[in-house]
Amino acid sequence: MTADAADAPPLLAARGLTKRYGTVTVLDGVSMDVRGGEVHALLGANGAGKSTLCKILSGLTPASAGSATLGGAAYAPASKREAEAAGVEIVQQELNLIGTLSVAENLLFARLPNRLGVLRVGRLHAEARAILDRFGLPGVDPGAPVRSLGVGRQQMVEIAAALARDCRVLILDEPTAALSDTEAGQLFGHLRDLRDRGVAVVYISHRLDEVKELSDRVTVLRDGRHVVTRDTAGLSTDAMVALMSGEERDAGPSAFRSHRREGDGERDVALRVRGLCRGPVRDVSLEVRRGERLGVTGLVGSGRTELLRAIFGADRATAGTVAVNGVPRGRFRHPRAAVEAGLAMVTEDRKSDGLLLAQPVGVNATLCSLWTKFCRFGLLRGAAERRATAGLIEDLDVRCHGPDQLAGQLSGGNQQKVAVGKWLVRGADVLLFDEPTRGIDVAARRRIYRLLEALAAEGKACVIVSSDLEELFETCDAIAVLCDGRLTGTFQRGEWTREKILQASFDSDKAAPSPAAADTSDASPADRRA
Amino acid sequence: MTAPRLSRSLIQYGGLSAALLAMIAAFSLGSENFFQTSTLVSIANQIPELTFLAVGMTFVLIVRGIDLSVGSLLALSAATLGVLMARHEWPLPAALAAAAAVGALCGAVNGALSVGFGIPSFIVTLGMLEVARGVTKKVTDSQSVYIGGPVEAFGEPMGALRVSPAFLIAALTVAIGQFVLTRTVFGRYCTAVGTNEEAVRMSGVRPAPYFVAAFALSGLMCSLAGFARTSRLSTADPNGAVGIELSAIAACVIGGTSLMGGRGSVVGSFLGVLVIQVMQTGLAQMGVSDADKQIVTGLVIVAAVLFDALRVRLGPRS
Repeated sequence: MTADAADAPPLLAARGLTKRYGTVTVLDGVSMDVRGGEVHALLGANGAGKSTLCKILSGLTPASAGSATLGGAAYAPASKREAEAAGVEIVQQELNLIGTLSVAENLLFARLPNRLGVLRVGRLHAEARAILDRFGLPGVDPGAPVRSLGVGRQQMVEIAAALARDCRVLILDEPTAALSDTEAGQLFGHLRDLRDRGVAVVYISHRLDEVKELSDRVTVLRDGRHVVTRDTAGLSTDAMVALMSGEERDAGPSAFRSHRREGDGERDVALRVRGLCRGPVRDVSLEVRRGERLGVTGLVGSGRTELLRAIFGADRATAGTVAVNGVPRGRFRHPRAAVEAGLAMVTEDRKSDGLLLAQPVGVNATLCSLWTKFCRFGLLRGAAERRATAGLIEDLDVRCHGPDQLAGQLSGGNQQKVAVGKWLVRGADVLLFDEPTRGIDVAARRRIYRLLEALAAEGKACVIVSSDLEELFETCDAIAVLCDGRLTGTFQRGEWTREKILQASFDSDKAAPSPAAADTSDASPADRRA
Repeated sequence: MTAPRLSRSLIQYGGLSAALLAMIAAFSLGSENFFQTSTLVSIANQIPELTFLAVGMTFVLIVRGIDLSVGSLLALSAATLGVLMARHEWPLPAALAAAAAVGALCGAVNGALSVGFGIPSFIVTLGMLEVARGVTKKVTDSQSVYIGGPVEAFGEPMGALRVSPAFLIAALTVAIGQFVLTRTVFGRYCTAVGTNEEAVRMSGVRPAPYFVAAFALSGLMCSLAGFARTSRLSTADPNGAVGIELSAIAACVIGGTSLMGGRGSVVGSFLGVLVIQVMQTGLAQMGVSDADKQIVTGLVIVAAVLFDALRVRLGPRS
């Protein structure tokens, strides 16, 4: 970056941008300047508000408060289309391509060359060819359907589509997560070209070495607030982690009571996982004792959900073993086997695989346990069912009109209580929770925390996956950290710090990216669950 | 608990029952011959076939499948019955058991192929529709098989009410079907699988057996329908019951069963059968042409679904 660029007025300026969802504030009065001709990295832990900020700037979601200017003029895009018209492009984390259409059709989607509505295929392919050649994808056939490419290639196509449009500001939300090192290197070359032509590049990445290599300035967000904006030169990756973590907030609250059974007998080990592999999860071993609450965290894409699903048999593990209550169970081939062994799993997305939204609360409450508890000769025991449902509603304080109300009509927090409650009705020894408090209000969150403690006090073992470190600090005996599908650290209460955990999340030594990156770039989109 | 359940079933069946009664009243006014014992008896004795099929179809639709092969399976099990009795001189109970086994087995094959290979049941049962019809024609040499005496009693009106055993058994099947759907673990899991198969799987319950069983049940119902048809006509007709699958689906849909799975009722489907059959008979007696009959039938099916969609939309959000 040259000296005059630093003095120039900002190309894109945000002032006090705020985003609230109901009572939850995810972005809180953030101001930042982005200059033309710089690569500006946006850093922060999960949930710091990076993606929300980018979504506001690219017109995907409106701000609740605050304003922005672009090139000195007021800028408040109501849609992605408006943002693009103003010259702001975004490439999001999730692929935004239509898999069945060809590469060329995706590249030129908004402006397909046509004559009176009839597609001009020759010209389409020629234009696409030019774009692909220009952005280092000479091997890609413009006529091939996008889904026939690997994830990394698809990501490159999407980026090329954005690069090819004339833009003044280009926002990239974790573009390299699915790319191999070579592809990432090519991308950096193109981004530098754009910078030299005066384009402002806003760049989100969890790979800090990359940020250091590529960016001119960094802005750090924490808990939805702006922390600092600094020149990248002279900032070490350790210093970046420290800024993201905010060292002063390390101590967990003192109210925590451990219920972990410390006896050295094998029977106190409720869950033992050895060398589990599945998709991105590689060789993970862990042990959870009765009464223990083990937190699992890691960046988006580190394999947290995949780990739980592999333990539970929702996806079949390719290697490793699982033992429950000291009994070796091999690998579960199906959730039913896991449930019969005493496992339960509260899934991340209760709408898609946690609840029957179109069925009453009562049907959901007994869903897991009809054969074991509510049946006599195959007939439903209606009275017992109603008692159990009433007990669940009472115990977890589910706010509903009654057992006949449809689950889909409840608020998110109350839905989650039902999703957890169905396992309490069944009874399980080891409970796996995937983001148990995502999208629910504070009161329901408190209720879930109390429930976790009560389960531990009963001697149940809990594994809690969460990207919210505060949550794990508050509820867990120990925290395991995943990075690129490997376990890169386990910290006990008292010895953990926000910084240590972030360090392990960004650990690039133990989770060498070389073979892994190549693997993911060839994986099909279906294998890559975020 | 009782009060809301009562009011809910009023909402569920009240509209349909009222529409049915209105239809009967209209036909009685429009045609002198309609509201007579003979007409009502004739309707009662025609409906068992469609009723059996609709009961099975209800379960299939509830698990979020569809069964297009019921007409062919009806013909195939009727042919099994006819060939075994007329040509091989099997006694009725044995032949009936064989026919039931053929129906249930073909149904199970439908379900297993669909769930095992992830092929939409629409396609699998479309294939079965052709294959079963072809096999039927082969085993009968495309000739109607006359059975006569032994099977006729089943379809013969009897007693003071002049209803056939077939009708009574069909009515009983509706009652049992409704009980199985609402009061057994099997029925509950069928509903759950149709609502959200993945949630059922993640709850530690394998969806596949329920899916296959629903199709096997539909196949079994085809055999009963085949028996009802054979007894009514005294013969097994390899070319009969073509296109009846669409009437069965229409009956279910009129009765409030969702094509998207997870919602439906056997009693509703039975009311749907009554609506279709009353309408057919009534229009025929009023001298309406076949062409007009088809137009009216089509409009009624769409209107019923439209009404149901409005009811769902205006009612509590689901």
